[in-house]
Amino acid sequence: MWKWITKFASPMHFYLLVNRLTPWLGWGAAILFVAGVYGALFYAPADYQQGESFRIIYVHVPSAWMSMFIYMVMAAAGGAGLIWKTKVSDAIARSSAPLGASFTFLALATGSLWGKPMWGTWWVWDARLTSELILLFLYLGYIALQSAIDDKRTAARAGAILALVGVVNIPIIHYSVEWWNTLHQGPTITKLDTPSIHIDMLIPLLIMALAFNLYYAAMVLIRARHEIIEQEKNSKWVQDLIIDKVAV
Amino acid sequence: MNPKRKKILFTIVFTVIGVGIATGLALKAFQENLLYFYSPTQISDGEAPSNRNFRVGGLVLAGSVVRNSNNLNVSFTLTDTMNTVEVIYDGILPDLFREGQGIVANGATNNEGVFIANEVLAKHDENYMPPEVAEALERAGVEHKSSKSQVFP
Repeated sequence: MWKWITKFASPMHFYLLVNRLTPWLGWGAAILFVAGVYGALFYAPADYQQGESFRIIYVHVPSAWMSMFIYMVMAAAGGAGLIWKTKVSDAIARSSAPLGASFTFLALATGSLWGKPMWGTWWVWDARLTSELILLFLYLGYIALQSAIDDKRTAARAGAILALVGVVNIPIIHYSVEWWNTLHQGPTITKLDTPSIHIDMLIPLLIMALAFNLYYAAMVLIRARHEIIEQEKNSKWVQDLIIDKVAV
Repeated sequence: MNPKRKKILFTIVFTVIGVGIATGLALKAFQENLLYFYSPTQISDGEAPSNRNFRVGGLVLAGSVVRNSNNLNVSFTLTDTMNTVEVIYDGILPDLFREGQGIVANGATNNEGVFIANEVLAKHDENYMPPEVAEALERAGVEHKSSKSQVFP
């Protein structure tokens, strides 16, 4: 296991593995996404109170989950980069930030669109919405830091520290609806109880969540691969690769 | 793992734990300011501010909604099953407003203890089900509202 991880951490093996992996992840994400959208729009019944409007949950909830999950990946990869100084983990952390920021924005935007008809307002400063907005600022701060520092190593170190300090926000987002009175409702699925959602509504949601996860996996690996190949452009294996490709 | 890496690992772990504890204490200190709304019980206990606007959250008591036929004026009672607050509102109610629904109103109490709202927001619960299931539950007399609803802190 350890041997496999250290092998994966070498830029060349990472590159070759990603090349093999991404088509599977990408197609898997596409198929699940089509199935999930069909399930969300046609298979799932309308809600007893919200009617058809509840269907925004199929974008909102997976996006919100991804926004937190990607942040944890970014912080963990950043931490691994600090400890083992591996280029691959730095590349994964840096590639995750724009994806995470996009999912956070999507969660906030879809929530806002739903909030206007249902709650009666686009935005409220309750604990859940505010902590999710802070998450967006953490991502944007990380991205700004990466582009502000020219040296890649220094930028990765600074970013990793920011990401690790920001981890404290993740449990706050998750538990905000339980710790404080918020306008946002409590957890439906991620709680130690049976989900308070009908099974026919739950299945498309889980399919969508899986599709979003695979999409992220495919995208982060492709982006990290580009980072790696650019940083390693003077190394022998990249030169060999180019010569091979040209020869073929 | 060599000693240098171990040291960095411990530094990271302690930093994350330290920031976590510091944030936890800060949030605990600001606990009150982070509450989005007060419950009717908190208001009757005098915990709500009297000199500025605040929000009250609770369930709309069944049969308490009185609408004015000439204008948008509406009055209703909010309850947290222990205490109640009278609310008067002049404006458009959100889609989810109905009797038994959790709502949050922003405004202030007047001298008679009536809450004059300038904004009413519906608070949705975490339950999602098709209408047929909701009807079946109602017929069976099952309370399908969340047992630990957020309106009761």
